[in-house]
Amino acid sequence: MSIWDQTWTWLTTASHWTGSDGVTGRVAQHLELTAEAVLLAAVVALPVGIALGHFGRGGVLAVNIANVGRAIPTLAVLVLLVLALGLGNAPVIYALALFAAPPMLTNSYLGMSGVDAEIKDAARGTGLSAWQSVRRIEVPLAIPLIAAGVRTATVQVVATATIAALVGSGGLGRFVVDGFQTNDYGQLVGGALLVGLLAVVVEIALGWLEGALTPGRRHLAGTSSPASIDPSMTLPAGASGQAQRSS
Amino acid sequence: MNPWWSADWFTSRSDQILAATRQHVLLTVIAVGIGLALSLPLAVLAHRRPRWRAPVLAVSGVVYTIPSLALFALLVPFTGLSKTTVEIGLVGYTLLILVRNCLTGLANVPADVVEAARGMGYGGLGLLLRVELPLALPAVFGGIRIATVSTIALVTIGAEVSYGGLGRLILEGFQNDYKAEAFGASVLCVGLAVVADLFLLGVQRLATPWRRG
Repeated sequence: MSIWDQTWTWLTTASHWTGSDGVTGRVAQHLELTAEAVLLAAVVALPVGIALGHFGRGGVLAVNIANVGRAIPTLAVLVLLVLALGLGNAPVIYALALFAAPPMLTNSYLGMSGVDAEIKDAARGTGLSAWQSVRRIEVPLAIPLIAAGVRTATVQVVATATIAALVGSGGLGRFVVDGFQTNDYGQLVGGALLVGLLAVVVEIALGWLEGALTPGRRHLAGTSSPASIDPSMTLPAGASGQAQRSS
Repeated sequence: MNPWWSADWFTSRSDQILAATRQHVLLTVIAVGIGLALSLPLAVLAHRRPRWRAPVLAVSGVVYTIPSLALFALLVPFTGLSKTTVEIGLVGYTLLILVRNCLTGLANVPADVVEAARGMGYGGLGLLLRVELPLALPAVFGGIRIATVSTIALVTIGAEVSYGGLGRLILEGFQNDYKAEAFGASVLCVGLAVVADLFLLGVQRLATPWRRG
């Protein structure tokens, strides 16, 4: 039987789809790991990036942290954290969060620091406090970039969560790793197809969601609110959604 | 005794460490080399024929979406558990970075410089080789550096297909609960990336002397 026949057989066997070690269970685990890691990273990285961007401090750190992260293999971080903290979901989520944080930090910094100084002055001039200006004017203006950062981070975590199977974690990577270990090529290739499919679906879904949640440019173009002064802001080319593959 | 650091691991296993490092470097150099050989013509094509821009970027972007472990697995039916499998995957991931950077470099050559060169009689290949590419070199080198550093990190995943360089030792350290090996190999891997980046920075400065000072 060719590998493709084995793959087809594996994918079309009903028992492979149900239960916690079936496809549906593995997808649920994969998405759960991803959601928890992205949430953890967002809670830490977004406030830091927003604060640094608002005060215009630490730009070198915020922009270069992604470059430093690139040199550190995902596998190394996963292995070291699991060796240090023991098997389980927690060390895997910490490791995934470490790789989700840089794009969010960088993008929230760039989004906030890109808000025109005149807009900030105008906001303060109308009697808003610094905190109100951040909350009502600056963060909303930075949302397109922040959202792009969250999307980039999430797509990366979906990919990295696959690697987590190498250190005993659940998720869709399990099929690939188990397939390699048992020379079960049907499971190997079938699992890999599902991983690729999940990655593409998540990427497309988040791109769509981002468009739906940040109608900024469309919406602002027709209004005369201060926000419409320069909706394109001043962004370094390629800063948003800068692709990164370390997993 | 610190379980994470053992000088003994470095000395007693030096042969194996050296072989793994050599494999790591070789896998990286071949991947970035082939990646560049494919990306430069693609970028030139997209630059000269804007119609090709979108398809070229789309094709190099598609590979990027697929997680590495899955990509290696998907290549197994074609190339088996071989070095080729790892190498094809690694090359695939360098494409987006390199094509994008080469294209940016070419697009940022000032239009009046190109005009002046044409006025001096440059055209076609001469214009590309003598004027446009040299001016695009800093951006191209930027791409090579990013691609190299990412590839060094990515090679570790090849351990699943038995060609992972230092990744093999990281995984072995995990499987044997040998912290010093996992940490030592991780440090070597990051060190390799830093050394490679500095080396390429040096080459870049030699290749573009007009940007120094």
